[in-house]
Amino acid sequence: MAMFDRKLMLMGAGAMVLASGPALAGEGQPSPWQMGFQTAATPIMEQITSFHTFVTIIIVLIALFVLGLLVYVMLRFNEKRNPQSSRTTHNTALEIAWTVIPVLILVAIAIPSFRLLFAQYDFPKADLTITATGSQWYWTYEYPDQGITFDSIIVPEAELKPGQPRLLTVDHEVVVPVNKNVIVQVKASDVIHDWAVPSFGIKLDAVPGRLQKTWFRAERTGWFYGQCSELCGRNHAFMPIAIHVVSDEEFADWLAKAKASASRDGASKLAAAQD
Amino acid sequence: MADRAHAEAAHEDHPYGWRRWLFSTNHKDIGTMYLIFAMMGGIVGGLLSMGMRLELMQPGMQIFGNPEVFNVFTTAHGLIMVFFMVMPSTMGGFGNWMVPLMIGAPDMAFPRMNNISFWLIVAAFTLLVTSLFMPGPPGTNGVAGGWTIYAPLSTSGTPGPAMDFAILALHLAGASSILGAINFITTIFNMRAPGMTLHKMPLFVWSVLVTAFLLLLSLPVLAGAITMLLTDRNFGTAFFDAAHGGDPLLWQHLFWFFGHPEVYILIVPGFGIVSQIVSTFSKKPIFGYLGMAYAMVAIGAIGFVVWAHHMYAAGINVNTQAYFVFATMVIAVPTGIKIFSWIATMWGGSLSFRAPMLWALGFIFLFTVGGVTGVVLSNAGVDRSMHDTYYVVAHFHYTMSIGAVFSIFGAWYYWFPKMWGYMYNEALAKLHFWLMFIGANLTFFPQHFLGLAGMPRRYADYPDAFAGWNMVSSIGSFISFAGLLVFLFGILYAFSRKVHAPANPWGVGATTLEWTLPSPPPFHTFETLPRVK
Repeated sequence: MAMFDRKLMLMGAGAMVLASGPALAGEGQPSPWQMGFQTAATPIMEQITSFHTFVTIIIVLIALFVLGLLVYVMLRFNEKRNPQSSRTTHNTALEIAWTVIPVLILVAIAIPSFRLLFAQYDFPKADLTITATGSQWYWTYEYPDQGITFDSIIVPEAELKPGQPRLLTVDHEVVVPVNKNVIVQVKASDVIHDWAVPSFGIKLDAVPGRLQKTWFRAERTGWFYGQCSELCGRNHAFMPIAIHVVSDEEFADWLAKAKASASRDGASKLAAAQD
Repeated sequence: MADRAHAEAAHEDHPYGWRRWLFSTNHKDIGTMYLIFAMMGGIVGGLLSMGMRLELMQPGMQIFGNPEVFNVFTTAHGLIMVFFMVMPSTMGGFGNWMVPLMIGAPDMAFPRMNNISFWLIVAAFTLLVTSLFMPGPPGTNGVAGGWTIYAPLSTSGTPGPAMDFAILALHLAGASSILGAINFITTIFNMRAPGMTLHKMPLFVWSVLVTAFLLLLSLPVLAGAITMLLTDRNFGTAFFDAAHGGDPLLWQHLFWFFGHPEVYILIVPGFGIVSQIVSTFSKKPIFGYLGMAYAMVAIGAIGFVVWAHHMYAAGINVNTQAYFVFATMVIAVPTGIKIFSWIATMWGGSLSFRAPMLWALGFIFLFTVGGVTGVVLSNAGVDRSMHDTYYVVAHFHYTMSIGAVFSIFGAWYYWFPKMWGYMYNEALAKLHFWLMFIGANLTFFPQHFLGLAGMPRRYADYPDAFAGWNMVSSIGSFISFAGLLVFLFGILYAFSRKVHAPANPWGVGATTLEWTLPSPPPFHTFETLPRVK
């Protein structure tokens, strides 16, 4: 009986993944009982989502096929219905079929797979470059071309404002303009961390001594969250990533304010040093 | 007087008391000790996982005051289940017990080395448990780096001696398995009974042979890697320290060069066990014997050239990723051949659904589910989204916690009458199966959803949206735990009822040599070699 529940759950899962609309998938963050990816906010994530749907349909069909064969075999060839077993141990045609057909299925998967992989590494010309440095246990962001830098630290539960998600909210989030190519360079200062934003389809390890880079173009404004994705010690679960995608005007405003406070801080640091 | 002489003669036949076990050179006794040891490992590893699932049942931190202790549990759970439950069951336990019997050999090629393999694993486990009580990362006892202990978290990130204890534990466990591998290879190549060519030996023996080669070739790399970790930590080297010319990625390459074959080490004996069980309870020889044997060889060989699919997000070049995508997908082909061959074995057979067969049937379907999510993960493009999430946790628990574990329980019930001379209680065995089947699926299927939705692994607490499926998963784990209790009770029940088992309780389908021997077999067997047609 549990086997049939298994079949239903699998069918349900397949259907859910196919139908994953806003009701099920999160908007920049997960939603309760979610079964599929968060809604894509970048073209790469759209490609990941559709490739995943394609492969999932194939594997659900394969699993159901195997289940169907097993159920058939259990019903048709149990010892009451088939007291005398055959001695068949070979069937060349069958053996060729179940070697060649899986190869063809794998080729069918491989073609869009490689297309997706190489698209992820096809860097466009940057409209904006930012650097994310992982430390125990927070991220530091730099906008090297604009001369600003700041730490991004989790906001504790007691200090959350209404509507701010627990374990995802930070004090200073990354701000980027919508529909612009952003290149993100990722590094680490101590141990390996990982900068990930599920709705952007981005994940890359921050390795001390190495500089990795990725890119995204956010096609919607809003708040998009991720979490550190490489075990980095005690507060691995408590160093989230938050990105606020805004219009060009809002971005220019934010940039101006950030530069001003940077130069204010810089001036006060200079003054303190001169004392 | 004649009785006393008879007793003395019998006494000289084999050792008694504590010497029988401490100094054992008998493959059956050593196999028994391994199985008891693996049971203890499984109970400790299982209790650790129950602790984690209790914490993860609800958002927030309810049980663990220090989130790092949660990751000490994660690490210990992984290391114990891999090195002190699965491997000692399949190779140490069933391998030692059944390989000599199945090939008609009186014992293993190196009976004394067999002894040291066993006691090395006990020493290794002792060192690992000790590490739990030593300082590791600042402010916490135990190793909290995951079973993969990536540098620099495992070097500068874990200054305390707990990590050094864990490294030494792995050295001993590795040595135990390497010596065991030498023993199995030599035994299988040289001590088969006259007439038993390689192409006539049972598939379980093939599976142990393939696994032994995987151990022999992969464990030395682990040994080298953890020695480099030890010297980085204690003797001033900088293999994994970027600031002094090293590279953290070197650790990952070395670890996974071992780590990927390791997962085949964990499952290939299970393939052999399933073949024995399916053939017996279908009353039919395995379909496509040569295909099955060489599929295992192929899986083992290709398993050595796919390791960096664990590193797609680590910073390796895109063309390198592309190669590993291709190579990893290739493994699906021989694996599929095995699944279809088991089904073809049953086709036309005369199936009986005793407990061992239920475990084998569960294995065939659920390992397929775990295997196909592996095909999804092999694609680096989509692994970008799934790496280090619960999707990966779901994948390896389907293949391990369901695949390997189901094969172990299947073997346990299949060979229980032979090893102990008693029949197990069929109703209790079936109850055990259904509790584990329902429990394991309920625990791990929702984890696919959690991973797709973005929940990272090795997290003691999670955003509130993940609460629903985590609750379902935790309830599943309680049901599995109930199954474990039924299993343990079943052992006590069988040993108290003492229903004597015949030499062959399974009928015409049981065609391998162990079923020609009494249940339990005498201390020494096949002192005269059988002739195999």
